[in-house]
Amino acid sequence: MFDKTLAELAQGLERGDYSSTELTQAYLQRINALDSQYNSFITVTEEQALAQAKAADEARAAGNGGALCGLPIAHKDLFCTQGVRTSSASKMLDNFVSPYDATIVSRLKNAGTVTLGKLNMDEFAMGSSNESSFYGPARNPWNTDCVPGGSSGGSAAAVAARLTPAATGSDTGGSIRQPAALCGITGLKPTYGRVSRYGMIAFASSLDQAGPMAQTAEDCGMILNAMAGFDPMDSTSAERDMEDYTAELNQPLAGLKVGLPKEYFSDALDAGVAEQVRNAVAEFEKLGATVKEVSLPNTELCIPAYYILAPAEASSNLSRFDGVRYGYRCEDPADLEDLYKRSRGEGFGAEVKRRIMVGTYALSAGYYDAYYNKAQQIRRMIQQDFVNVLNDVDVIMGPTTPQTAFKLGEKSSDPVSMYMEDIFTLSLNLAGLPGISVPCGQSNGLPVGLQIIGNYFAESKLLNVAHQFQQATDWHKQIPAGVEV
Amino acid sequence: MSLDRSEVEQIAHLARLQIDAADIDSYSDSLNSILNLVDQMQATNTDGVEPLAHPLDAVQRLRADEVSEVNQREALQAVAPATEEGLFLVPKVIE
Amino acid sequence: MEWEVVIGLEIHVQLSTKTKIFSGASTAFGAEPNTQACAVDLALPGTLPVFNENALRMAVMFGLAVNAEIGKRSVFERKNYFYPDLPKGYQTTQLAEPIVGPGFVDIETEEGVQRRVGLHHAHLEEDAGKSLHEDFHGMSGIDLNRAGTPLVEIVSEPDMRSSKEAAAYARKIHAIVTTLGICDGNMAEGSMRCDCNVSIRPKGEEKLGTRTELKNINSFRFIERAIDTEVARQIDLIEDGGTVVQETRLYDPDKNETRSMRSKEEANDYRYFPCPDLLPVIIDDSYIEAIRETLPELPDARRERFISEYNLSEYDAGVLSAYSAQADYYEQVVKLSGDTKLSANWVMGELAKFLNQNDTDIKDSPVSAEQLGGLLVRIKDNTISGNIAKKVFELMWSKGGTADEIIEAEGLKQVTDTGAIEKIVDEVIANSEKQVEQYKAAEPDKRGKMIGFFMGKVMKATGGKANPGAVTGILKQKLDALCD
Repeated sequence: MFDKTLAELAQGLERGDYSSTELTQAYLQRINALDSQYNSFITVTEEQALAQAKAADEARAAGNGGALCGLPIAHKDLFCTQGVRTSSASKMLDNFVSPYDATIVSRLKNAGTVTLGKLNMDEFAMGSSNESSFYGPARNPWNTDCVPGGSSGGSAAAVAARLTPAATGSDTGGSIRQPAALCGITGLKPTYGRVSRYGMIAFASSLDQAGPMAQTAEDCGMILNAMAGFDPMDSTSAERDMEDYTAELNQPLAGLKVGLPKEYFSDALDAGVAEQVRNAVAEFEKLGATVKEVSLPNTELCIPAYYILAPAEASSNLSRFDGVRYGYRCEDPADLEDLYKRSRGEGFGAEVKRRIMVGTYALSAGYYDAYYNKAQQIRRMIQQDFVNVLNDVDVIMGPTTPQTAFKLGEKSSDPVSMYMEDIFTLSLNLAGLPGISVPCGQSNGLPVGLQIIGNYFAESKLLNVAHQFQQATDWHKQIPAGVEV
Repeated sequence: MSLDRSEVEQIAHLARLQIDAADIDSYSDSLNSILNLVDQMQATNTDGVEPLAHPLDAVQRLRADEVSEVNQREALQAVAPATEEGLFLVPKVIE
Repeated sequence: MEWEVVIGLEIHVQLSTKTKIFSGASTAFGAEPNTQACAVDLALPGTLPVFNENALRMAVMFGLAVNAEIGKRSVFERKNYFYPDLPKGYQTTQLAEPIVGPGFVDIETEEGVQRRVGLHHAHLEEDAGKSLHEDFHGMSGIDLNRAGTPLVEIVSEPDMRSSKEAAAYARKIHAIVTTLGICDGNMAEGSMRCDCNVSIRPKGEEKLGTRTELKNINSFRFIERAIDTEVARQIDLIEDGGTVVQETRLYDPDKNETRSMRSKEEANDYRYFPCPDLLPVIIDDSYIEAIRETLPELPDARRERFISEYNLSEYDAGVLSAYSAQADYYEQVVKLSGDTKLSANWVMGELAKFLNQNDTDIKDSPVSAEQLGGLLVRIKDNTISGNIAKKVFELMWSKGGTADEIIEAEGLKQVTDTGAIEKIVDEVIANSEKQVEQYKAAEPDKRGKMIGFFMGKVMKATGGKANPGAVTGILKQKLDALCD
């Protein structure tokens, strides 16, 4: 039964094949039995999960259950969960039990979902491999010597290993899409502002966006229905009407205009990845899409612009972790400065410190114009590139990542090579556009992800396009060897 | 742009990060390689381009001036490293 | 060498909103520590700011009141620094695009010096919490109730040339914000705080001297004293061959000296950048005009009206209009008493004296405008004399009650029955032979002054209740009759 999608499990609950309590117990047992191989969970919330499952069963029995009622999910550990440790995978917050729920957490709770636990990630979402977690790296179920990607690596690994049918993730530069690609699952980064950021521990405020990760586009749509929507607690939340993200799934794709950016298919792209992506595009042509080459001329500038803007915002966002009101405090601080420096020096890992320092430098007197302001100008140019292309095509397609999952330790000593992982994903965060990664093949036994990029607030379109692809292919149904279902 | 040890120390001080003396060179190396990477953008002409702070050209929404928060001191201070008489304790503040 | 003093002020005004600038926590003063510091104020991970509409409205009101350009687009930025009273590790403030652009106010010192003081700009920002330095086993305590209270920081041009002008400017800003009702004006509670930038230069020199910044001065009197002290220090320093160092200094009112703030010496690099959690604040003309419609009468206009409508002197009109609660009180008293001058004398005299002595704001005065008005009515209709009125006022202050109740209960009603007064006058004359002889011997034009002695005796005999006018008349008549 662990191969079932969220939609299929919902049908089972509806039919009474099993109760939410039975389902929850089964997943909890599975996590306890298998997660030592993947290290995808930081915290398993057995007691709360069973209480939520019981309440869901009662609601369903009373006829009050919605689409998600009683379905188990798990949250990336940067979403605040009341009464449960919310660590952002950092020593800094190892002792932080959140006194409140993030907006998306309470929305999913209200929808009746059952929270199995909190998922591993790169520390403060800074990384593309999950190796910067204070709790050790999560591992890729396709090959446990490989990384699951990051920063939502625990979310992707847990879904791929079928330890949870769905998970939440967050995406600042590709942190949903890249691990989804590397673990062979589906992950959607919505338009900036579509999903509330309140209660999501910030990395880079103008880039962060939460989204769903699951086996299929349909499941992502179901979760997004509960996550999305205006939140008065988040000034950057978009004031738009609610949509049913599952309503358009079955629209045929005939006449769909697809753009392939020539810059995404350079020599640097792994040949196996390129082949699978081209095969996927051919599949879309069979479904009635027309494909043309387009150009995003400033693609190469994404990385430098991003690696100024994201660290700059992060350097300021992470100043609140000072050992005064919550979180890690060093032993016996000699004075105030010692309290700050040692609490932060000991509480943050190396990559977090590195990015804080880059951001601090980029914002410091004398460098603001050369770095921060320049990066924001380039951000405008990158956005304009997308606006131009999306005036001409419905969706843009390309590889999610330049290569498949890499070995643990392979890039961890060289931050710059790690940053190149995000070349195709982070431009969407700069532009604020939605993107989805769907499994589209394998190369050397490891999954390849296809990224589909849409216009602002075109999540329904992306889910429709991805769903139609998944109706025609079965890459999303592939289960890693060694993962028993 | 290249940062030397003292500049790295100064940045770490601004960010209030204790860095072990032995690690400064490796931080310095990785910061320099990141700065080399980001310096690629310096070659791009951005004259006249309006900086983009936010992807959506949205404007600030306003909140009604009504008290919506109640006293939750006990719950909020349950996670604090040190409190006394409702205050957060820190090493002596000298003004 | 003749020196010219150059002063610019930065005034922080706490806006009297119900809630914080970016959270729904109350801003009420005096709550138990950290009971009004919510998750947003404590900068819990994941929390986000949402801007208070009333803070915006109040800032625009201020801008309109000081003849300023209103920023139709204003942007919040982050000023990054670490301090325990600053939970986020940055202060959300405005820098490049403030809500209020250049403006001006006109000031006049007590000596009549008039000047137009330019405002560079005013911006919205959040207040910090407080560090309490009582000793908790060698630690300090942090109270974040104040963190996030909305402030408007008003930055003047360096247009003032004396400590008196600086104080007059601060008083004018105080009058404006209290009249607008956007600040309670309570300086003792920190609702309005002043930083003074002070420098000196040789008279006639255009180039500004090096300035020092005097921090957090919380009364008008201290503004004057702090500046005078600092100016004297700078003059001594330069005349002894030294140079002024640009630094922040703290004024110590107990020692009447300024001293360097060691902890602020380190050169700060605040790394300002636009706050990505907040969006640009955009307002249009109709928003601004709707606020303009709601502006109350401003202190300058009120002062002019007090002169023209109530016939007050410029000085009295200036004092009474300088604080809106006082001006409101005064107008209420006038309405009841019907006497503008008598009302002015009492509000600025006896009432102000009691308020000062008891360190009480006029808004909290135990004697209401209605009570004082009722008292003045009894002076006007000769029920009591001015002196007795002071006694009634004192009782009103300490025990409450209307003037009529007190006059009745204490038997203070003035004796106007001439028969009764004549009887007492006769007794006094009969018992004051020596003084009567002196009176008779005096030149007629000197006699007026000598009546005072007899007057005192009569008043003493009547317990002060005799109508002074009637007594004077009768005394004069009877004494002069003796002289013939």
